[in-house]
Amino acid sequence: MTKLQQLVQTIQSEIVKTELPDIRVGDLVRIGVSIQEGNKQRVQPFEGTVIAKHQAGVNTTVTVRKTLQGVGVERVFPVYAPCIANVQILRRAQVSRSKLYYLRNRTGKATRLKEKFETLPNVWVNQK
Amino acid sequence: MLRAGGSLARLAGLLDAAAASTSGRGLLEGAAAAAAVRGSSIWQQAAAGQRSYAQLALAEAGSGGAAAAAAAALQQSILGGSTRRTGLVAVKVGMTQEWDAWGVRVPLTVLWVDDCQVVQVKTDEREGYTALQLGAGAKRPKQLRGSLRGHFEAAGVPLKRKVAEFRVTPDALLPVGHELRASHFVAGQFVDVAGTSIGKGFQGVMKRWGFAGQPASHGNSLAHRAAGSTGACQDPGKVFKGKKMPGRMGGERVTVQNCKVFRVDPVRNLLYVQGQVPGHKGNWVLVKDSVKKSAAQQPPLPVPTLLEAAAEVTVAPKSEGDPYAYRE
Repeated sequence: MTKLQQLVQTIQSEIVKTELPDIRVGDLVRIGVSIQEGNKQRVQPFEGTVIAKHQAGVNTTVTVRKTLQGVGVERVFPVYAPCIANVQILRRAQVSRSKLYYLRNRTGKATRLKEKFETLPNVWVNQK
Repeated sequence: MLRAGGSLARLAGLLDAAAASTSGRGLLEGAAAAAAVRGSSIWQQAAAGQRSYAQLALAEAGSGGAAAAAAAALQQSILGGSTRRTGLVAVKVGMTQEWDAWGVRVPLTVLWVDDCQVVQVKTDEREGYTALQLGAGAKRPKQLRGSLRGHFEAAGVPLKRKVAEFRVTPDALLPVGHELRASHFVAGQFVDVAGTSIGKGFQGVMKRWGFAGQPASHGNSLAHRAAGSTGACQDPGKVFKGKKMPGRMGGERVTVQNCKVFRVDPVRNLLYVQGQVPGHKGNWVLVKDSVKKSAAQQPPLPVPTLLEAAAEVTVAPKSEGDPYAYRE
């Protein structure tokens, strides 16, 4: 890695939020997105399974999938964006793919993932 | 520039997390050093705050009336549109992104102003036009040929890797040895960035000139990306000069106009410019005030440059108008 690349990395690391939990593919997460409604700011949660993580430094994104009234909904979140108020990790799963796109072709019970029972740091589970 | 030992050492210094903001004083120290090197009276007077560089430079050139004119020009500043400040020589470091005050993602190119100093002042009397020759980067003595080495030594500045010239108006002249820092530019202003674009090699007309190509089917044979006709028949009996044809693409000087300066980091001497800038990472680029934006569209700019040492990172002010506003 050249020195110039290192400089860019240093610059990026300064704006990356460090208090975020370590989001992994297969996690059941609840992401709080702050939205502006008129003059009021409120946090809207989006709960679902992380089916993909795009590792790109400050532009890192996660794709979260959930099923709403039988319709699959996917949202891509840039995790370091200021609109991401908090991230809770509710459950962690044992997965053997880096991208869980196969979940798109499944419904109901078939979308269950094998749960990994590990104690997560308390701050990851109970974020405000 | 990546091969230069000196440059690498300075870059390593940059990586030490802003060097505890003490390098903000570097400008003044550098100024004192430059004055010591040259024994320049003009510099000492200016440093003592008696008169502006421009007035002094002109006074030294021996034209008292012009000095008064320059002072007048200085008053109207860049607002009158008559003043043209110098630009900077910088290194394209790479790209990153940030979010502005509205929460909108802003793609940024990081430019590093690497020891950019005035090497020569060109005046109307001597050269027939006014300009500043700037040098940036560093080279070891054995890397430079004799004539250029002598040029730097005569000017009393360290050996530079890149030399470039900017035409300026007489009120924006600066003394030889003056170090230009990133704080020359103001966060929120617009700049034009010139560099050598990335070479694309020998390319066809579709990529090089945006031709539409030809149909995929309907009997087309081996001509899907071909140019088609290059002109008429016996009259005129030739292909006109300048006809767009396949050939070498890229690797030429390109200027990107009206790039917004999103952030200025005078501590590490970095400029964060919104959007893309021509060339590879590590290439030299020339940054100067935008020629197409009026003074009313930008914050006031320091003429001839920011003389006091700036130590604080500044970010472009929040833009007017909510980008997320829903229009009925």
